[in-house]
Amino acid sequence: MTDAAVHAVNPGIGGEVRLSGRKICKSFGPAQVLFDVSIDLHAGEVHALLGENGAGKSTLVKILSGYHEPTEGELVLDGKSISFADSEAGEGHGVILIHQELNLAEQLTVEENIFLGREIKRGWFLDKTAMRAEAKKLLEQLQCDVDPRTRIRDLSVSDRQMVEIAKALSKKADILILDEPTAVLTGREVEILFDQIRRLREQGVAILYISHKLDEIKAIADRVTVLRDGRHIVTEPVVDLSKDDMARLMVGRDIKQMFPHRVSDTSAPIVLSVRDLSVPGHVRDASFDLHKGEVLGFAGIVGAGRTALMEAIIGLRERSSGTIERDGKPVRIASLQDAKNSGIAYLTKDRKGSGLLLNMDMRPNLTLLALEKFGRVIVDRKAEEAALEKAIEAFDIRAADSKAKVGDFSGGNQQKLLLAKVMETDPDIVIIDEPTRGIDIGTKSQIYHFIGGLTDRGKSVILLSSEMPEMLGLSDRIAVMAAGRITGILEGNDRNEHEIMRHATGISGQEGVSVHE
Amino acid sequence: MSSLERREASASPRFSIDFKALGPFMALVVLFVLGTAINDAFLSGGNLSNIFTRAAFIGIIAVGATFVITAGGIDLSVGSMAAFISGAMIVVMNTLVETLGPGLETVLIGIVLSIILGIGAGAVNGLVSTKGKIEAFIVTLGTMGIYRSLVTYMADGGTLSLDFEVRGTYRPVYYGELLGIPVPVLVFLAVAVAGYVLLNMTPFGRKCFAIGSNEQVARYSAIHVDRVKTMTYVIQGLCVSIATIIYVPRLGSASSSTGVLWELEAIAAVIIGGTMLKGGYGRIWGTVVGAIMLTTIGNILNLTDAISNYLNGAVQGLIIIVAVFLQRGDWRRKKSK
Repeated sequence: MTDAAVHAVNPGIGGEVRLSGRKICKSFGPAQVLFDVSIDLHAGEVHALLGENGAGKSTLVKILSGYHEPTEGELVLDGKSISFADSEAGEGHGVILIHQELNLAEQLTVEENIFLGREIKRGWFLDKTAMRAEAKKLLEQLQCDVDPRTRIRDLSVSDRQMVEIAKALSKKADILILDEPTAVLTGREVEILFDQIRRLREQGVAILYISHKLDEIKAIADRVTVLRDGRHIVTEPVVDLSKDDMARLMVGRDIKQMFPHRVSDTSAPIVLSVRDLSVPGHVRDASFDLHKGEVLGFAGIVGAGRTALMEAIIGLRERSSGTIERDGKPVRIASLQDAKNSGIAYLTKDRKGSGLLLNMDMRPNLTLLALEKFGRVIVDRKAEEAALEKAIEAFDIRAADSKAKVGDFSGGNQQKLLLAKVMETDPDIVIIDEPTRGIDIGTKSQIYHFIGGLTDRGKSVILLSSEMPEMLGLSDRIAVMAAGRITGILEGNDRNEHEIMRHATGISGQEGVSVHE
Repeated sequence: MSSLERREASASPRFSIDFKALGPFMALVVLFVLGTAINDAFLSGGNLSNIFTRAAFIGIIAVGATFVITAGGIDLSVGSMAAFISGAMIVVMNTLVETLGPGLETVLIGIVLSIILGIGAGAVNGLVSTKGKIEAFIVTLGTMGIYRSLVTYMADGGTLSLDFEVRGTYRPVYYGELLGIPVPVLVFLAVAVAGYVLLNMTPFGRKCFAIGSNEQVARYSAIHVDRVKTMTYVIQGLCVSIATIIYVPRLGSASSSTGVLWELEAIAAVIIGGTMLKGGYGRIWGTVVGAIMLTTIGNILNLTDAISNYLNGAVQGLIIIVAVFLQRGDWRRKKSK
């Protein structure tokens, strides 16, 4: 995804306007979230929609695809004013939205999901052979090696996303809207998706692409529209804007320093030492040391075993071998409770599925992990309220109403609350898995600086991330995993994208030997 | 997403009746007004004390069920469990009469036995479903059949009757009064208060809420999910045993038809009270009101000829559905989403 590659494939500005939103306003109750936003989607063009969380991107695309009705303004399809009664009406006119949240029936198979509601029939019966063949063809296009008969619940998140894309492709979209499709995809899968998007563009499909990732927008989009606080800021050809321009337009101010300035000291004492840890089927003989005040990155492709290794360390997964030492003393960690008592905390990457109770407000969420701190017999509600007040301040959680359910929060605020929850246990070692997935650039920077603050106070951090810039920007050393093994621990000048990829793909550093120590 | 945040925020300062919290109480008031309108005798001390005393059985069991359901489980075995415990108590107390006589000791041993059996039966439900990783619905459906047939077997298909003299000793537990309030009502109140404190004010209660709302989040929050879930079934068993202790002296007998459908009445009381069947949200006072409502409906039907008493179940069923519909509050929200 270099800039040079972008210009080569950029055909410039596409054909005639297919779908337009004209002066769209949208209010939910008394709260207005979109103000006079206009956007034109051209045939054969990839139009990127950029904005921070809460800028109104998702609301806008839901209006364009018929999930919401605009409060004011109109939709124009091929020059004629139109209003979609619902998303089905939108799909009937060829407007397909791929949601940010996956919408697949977990208990059904891949092929059943792809054709859900549009099953191919022969007489009264389902034509399973035809559907299977068609599903196979679609998946092959996406180079997705999944059997159409697999149940969705048995698939990884990135495979699910590919199925979702296959489903949209099968609907023969004229206007395709993708709401942050790459949040869970690996680099290679992103490339495959981009190939498909380019193919569709050549076929004259109008594409609206939503993302936080400026690299991606540079790579795939022809034109970009920036939204901020529900208002249209600018629409320009992508070539006319630098990444810095886009970031500035999106945030509305300069982000002076994305990453905190940190001084690393590898001679600091070792606080955590893991030796020969194995998890059957996931991790083999992993060994590493973590120094006081250090950020140790863990890189690798999805499925390399990074999360499994961390879950084994904190007692959430059975391990078949391995020892753990804290400050030089062996510790026995058989449950998360043990890990907590040893001063180790873990921030899950799945904040909705295993991080937060979405149907509750902030207070019970904040104190859940450290509940005994608030009273062993009776929970001290006053102390909880006080802790919440402090956390809102310290983590800059911007919730309009502290009684609102956290499920209604933006991703950034949820992530901050999750951080606050974990920090209530006052850990010395914080393991953070994908700290900035699906959150905007301003909040990202806040979280990076928070991590910097942790190490300044002598805490140690293990960072798992699939975002290269944050991996390189934050880590003092980077351990790379491939197929369950640690293939290298990179230090100093070796901490670069090239070396990480070599180790992550198994080209370098076989047999779990840390080659740079 | 932040659109939702803003919407929530702007909706809260506006004054509105919280149907979720007050609904059951309002419905009970309506029922009482209705009852008084139908028959003046409804509000008499005797009738009210009758209603509360009868509500006590289901109510005590339902307090236990509130824990189970809040933590995302279900216990279908409580009616059978009550029958089984009553049968076992009667058999043991009748046997003890020969050696200990019909005095206090015999009754006390019977009560202790009931508590042990209740806790044991609850632990079986909890451990089998958590350690065996079987849905609670299936496990308790199984134990429901097991406990029921055990009492039928003990009674040899007929009725077990408590020794007449023991009955005399035991009688005050159901028929007695303290400060003019029937003993079962006092016990009900005590169980409810204890249940309220446990569910709403202790770490254990908070963990029940967390598990019911998302087990995975609970696991990642260092909660011993299996242990807490098992404890909810033990609490349920204990509540069944307490209800049985005050039930046995009422009739002094147990048969295969003892406690039939109590599980449904208990679950109904919990749901009417505003606890969510899928877990994650529970309310003890709602449950108490729910139990009283169910009994009140039967009582009102007894006092009037307008609707046949045989339709009691139909009216109860209707009220359950309406109550839940009102609580969901969907009917007030416009579909313009």
